[in-house]
Amino acid sequence: MVEKIATRDAYGKALVELGKENENIVVLDADLSKSTKTYAFGQEFPDRFINVGIAEQNLMGVAAGISTTGKIPFASTFAIFATGRAFEIIRNSIGYPKLNVKICATHSGITVGEDGASHQAIADISCMRTIPNMTVVVPSDSVETRAAIHAVSKIDGPVYVRLGRLAVPVINDEASYKFEIGKGIILNEGNDVTIIATGLMVGEALKAAEELEARGIKARVINIHTIKPIDKEIIIKAAEETGAVVTAEEHNIIGGLGSAVAEVIAENYPVPLRRVGIKDTFGESGKPEELMKKYGLTSDDIAEAAINLINKR
Amino acid sequence: MNIQELETIATDIRRDIITMTAEAGSGHPGGSLSATDILTVLYFHEMRVDSGNPQWEDRDRFALSKGHAAPALYAILAKKGFFPGEELLKLRKIDSMLQGHPDMKGTPGVDMSTGSLGQGFSASCGMAISAKIYKKDYRVYTLLGDGELQEGIVWEAAMFAAHYKLDNLTAIIDHNGLQIDGPNEEVLTVGPVADKFRAFGWNVIKIDGHCMEDIIASIDEAKRVKGAPTVIVAKTVKGKGVSFMENVVDWHGKAPKDDQKLQALRELGGEI
Repeated sequence: MVEKIATRDAYGKALVELGKENENIVVLDADLSKSTKTYAFGQEFPDRFINVGIAEQNLMGVAAGISTTGKIPFASTFAIFATGRAFEIIRNSIGYPKLNVKICATHSGITVGEDGASHQAIADISCMRTIPNMTVVVPSDSVETRAAIHAVSKIDGPVYVRLGRLAVPVINDEASYKFEIGKGIILNEGNDVTIIATGLMVGEALKAAEELEARGIKARVINIHTIKPIDKEIIIKAAEETGAVVTAEEHNIIGGLGSAVAEVIAENYPVPLRRVGIKDTFGESGKPEELMKKYGLTSDDIAEAAINLINKR
Repeated sequence: MNIQELETIATDIRRDIITMTAEAGSGHPGGSLSATDILTVLYFHEMRVDSGNPQWEDRDRFALSKGHAAPALYAILAKKGFFPGEELLKLRKIDSMLQGHPDMKGTPGVDMSTGSLGQGFSASCGMAISAKIYKKDYRVYTLLGDGELQEGIVWEAAMFAAHYKLDNLTAIIDHNGLQIDGPNEEVLTVGPVADKFRAFGWNVIKIDGHCMEDIIASIDEAKRVKGAPTVIVAKTVKGKGVSFMENVVDWHGKAPKDDQKLQALRELGGEI
């Protein structure tokens, strides 16, 4: 049985590690610290933890102000509020002046589950990647999250890190894993079709590759943990060598990973593409696994898209 | 610097505002002129800044939350020596360091990029709490418009600053009573401003925003207050110093034409 850990849990632990390493790290939360897991940092470093209350706009404004004094603020709340409610503060007070703020939002995507559509951020990648200067990172598991949080703390500039509530399979090996911002990772070799996935859909993509393998199809699986800047090289090479691409994301098919990959392929090496994701609709309450099934976000959906693509070739 | 010297500087700044906005053909003279005396006291009497080292870690900070008053801030920064005065005539033009609204990455001396209302105030709270956390003794100033108080983030930030006892933060309200669509009372009542801030836990001082002695005294008092942020509610006149602009809402965001520029400069005295 594969171990399952939520990326938000890995985030909370990584923050405490960072806090010990670097006294310039300041963590801000908007009354959700027990859910976003910034609470542990607050317990360990109370002087460097700021709860702004239920005020996400001010969360981003205060983080911006702190960063102008040379400190490194990590601002956390749910993805829907961070990237929706506070969008324009992020754009004008963080993105435009290229301030060193790390926006680490949890409870992204439909796997928020029972809270329903109002709390399910399905356009956050889209919103954040359209802001110039913004780096967008979507870790696939706890190992990648830890590495990503350490890495983004060391670059100067705004970063959006998309984290989840749901415990997801640990697919990367802690000992050997290397994270490099902007560099995709090939997790499975194959030349029949490419599956490009991000976040918790990387795990589903790996399962899909196994299903395809059983049917004699060798799928290349690429983990794109950095949506922006996107790894064009690995995508173009995959398009050239496999001739068909399926993207998989727990996000609206408009504006997220699928769109980003489509932009790269269309401009460089056009090949047939299918986007697996939420089909421009709001979610609803339910168990995460039920929602993933209902909204077409399982390994079966990915495998089916790959087969359809291959059959049309 | 004595009061008379400050007043002379303020007049020079007002002349610059007229010349700059006329040359640009757009901009916000009304709210720049109402903020001029406050900014003059801040930069020429109060704030610890070094034009030779704009990023000095221990400097006092200023966020122009009413970012559209950028012409006033730019004229002040040029006069302080942060950049050459001839830059002022490039305001709002292509390839200029002087954007329509303040850009901290492009203009030496600008501590925060602003323009979207309420955000500079929020950022100033961040600068102030950082000083508290890291035990720095710099002070933080921010200037807001009165129409700006209609933004929700202002009250999020106001609650925040009081909760965290940011006594190193002084907010100044340029209370000229007018906003783009008309008087505050007609668009959306913002008052009673002083009572609202008092209810939020702020120390409140009401002054005449064109009286240098008042401005200086209020800033001094704010520095003595411990345990709470201070807001200075400064009654001002939009378009102050230019007869045909004073209290006329249309001059919020309109540049003077040549004849208007000349008349304004004549009224402000000095050479044309």
